[in-house]
Amino acid sequence: MSLLEINHLKKKFGELEVLKDISLKVEKGRVLSIIGPSGSGKSTLLRCAVLLEDVDGGEVIYNGKAAVREDKDKNTLVKADKRTLKEVKNCFGLVFQNFNLFPHMNVMQNLTDARIHVKRAGRAEAQADARELLKKLGLSDKEDSYPSQLSGGQQQRVSIARALMQKPDILFFDEPTSALDPELTVEVLKVIKALAKEKMTMVIVTHEMAFAKEVSDEIIFMENGYIVAQGSPYEVFEGDNERVKEFIGKLTSGA
Amino acid sequence: MDLALDMNVHNLVSQLVAGMVTSIEIFLLTLLFSLPLGLFIAFVRMSKNSFLQFLAKVYISVMRGTPLMLQLMVVYFSPFYIFGVKITPSYRFIAVIIGFSLNYAAYFAEIYRAGIESIAPGQWEAAQLLGYSKAATFFRIIFPQVIKRILPPVTNEVITLVKDTSLAFVIAVSEMFTQAKAIAAAQANIMPFVAAGLFYYVFNVLVAFVMGRIEKKLSYFN
Repeated sequence: MSLLEINHLKKKFGELEVLKDISLKVEKGRVLSIIGPSGSGKSTLLRCAVLLEDVDGGEVIYNGKAAVREDKDKNTLVKADKRTLKEVKNCFGLVFQNFNLFPHMNVMQNLTDARIHVKRAGRAEAQADARELLKKLGLSDKEDSYPSQLSGGQQQRVSIARALMQKPDILFFDEPTSALDPELTVEVLKVIKALAKEKMTMVIVTHEMAFAKEVSDEIIFMENGYIVAQGSPYEVFEGDNERVKEFIGKLTSGA
Repeated sequence: MDLALDMNVHNLVSQLVAGMVTSIEIFLLTLLFSLPLGLFIAFVRMSKNSFLQFLAKVYISVMRGTPLMLQLMVVYFSPFYIFGVKITPSYRFIAVIIGFSLNYAAYFAEIYRAGIESIAPGQWEAAQLLGYSKAATFFRIIFPQVIKRILPPVTNEVITLVKDTSLAFVIAVSEMFTQAKAIAAAQANIMPFVAAGLFYYVFNVLVAFVMGRIEKKLSYFN
């Protein structure tokens, strides 16, 4: 059973079909990167996967539990009941492009507030977990800082820590370094690489080709709402798909 | 003669003080009711249900588009003219509080709405991903940020409220300004007006000071 299974996903914004027929599977412990030009539907796919967007067709299944599935006979979409949905939502976390830390809470509160006030965990336990994570991410001295006092790279690492606090089975990244300069990008990518080494299951939308090649077990190239190429980094980057070659060529030639 | 004058001054001051107390009561009670009511109206105004939205729009439009003085009269007289209920003198003060609260809630509703809509959708999304319910997201994540952003326009409204309390005279509630006017007329002396002006000014300086302190307290985040 795959940790995440997406079948024939379709998403429209008005008349615009953003996702046309997307199917993919993510196995436990694997890293999947999604690359492709802007407007290809990468971020929308991620937002559908984490249920921030309602889908117009297809299935999203975590650990065999469907958040949404198609009723084949009646040709309608069936959403999970509340309880199942809650279980499903506990499976994943998301790291945003622009961090979305809570500005009125310091780093420690950003990490522990949901655990304490939503999951009703003990404060001491949550704080101990938070300190461990902060230490791992090199942010031990920042627990009393507010987001506005941190660099972009630090903020993104805090937001990764915040997502990890929920102990997700799978972690999604939506262009986690697009808002960062090259130097800060490196420090965030380092953290993601370390997570990959620990066999954290991850799905990463990124424009960092070298990083995607290095960290991923599998790569998906998307364009116009379709998956154009799919396979191991070697297969995708060294394969003979003209469109992929053109895209990667443009990026690496620095044009 | 001296004694009579003393008595007189003492009388004047106690009348003015009674007016002040009434003004302060109107001020505090109006805030107490209109701030939460305004939040409620803001929610109705932002509701996905277009009929509710329409109702809130009409409410806000009428409250902002007609004089507060007239609204006070409507609140005061309508129990008699519409329901035939006899109006008791004690209802005057209640009518003032109802009228002020309904009016100010409309203004506060729009301020809340502006504040809530100014918060990036990403804040709601991040909270949703962390498992917060809609209510928890609002009160733990969104509202604290909203308060910080809306403090300046709220301060404006609160200061206007201090001065608007003088409108209570229209249904014969003897707040500060009514008292000052009565005394000034009886004594043919403008000093009561000076005292009243000073009262409103000092009151507002105090309001601005308190609001400034709250703003400062919230300056720890951006």
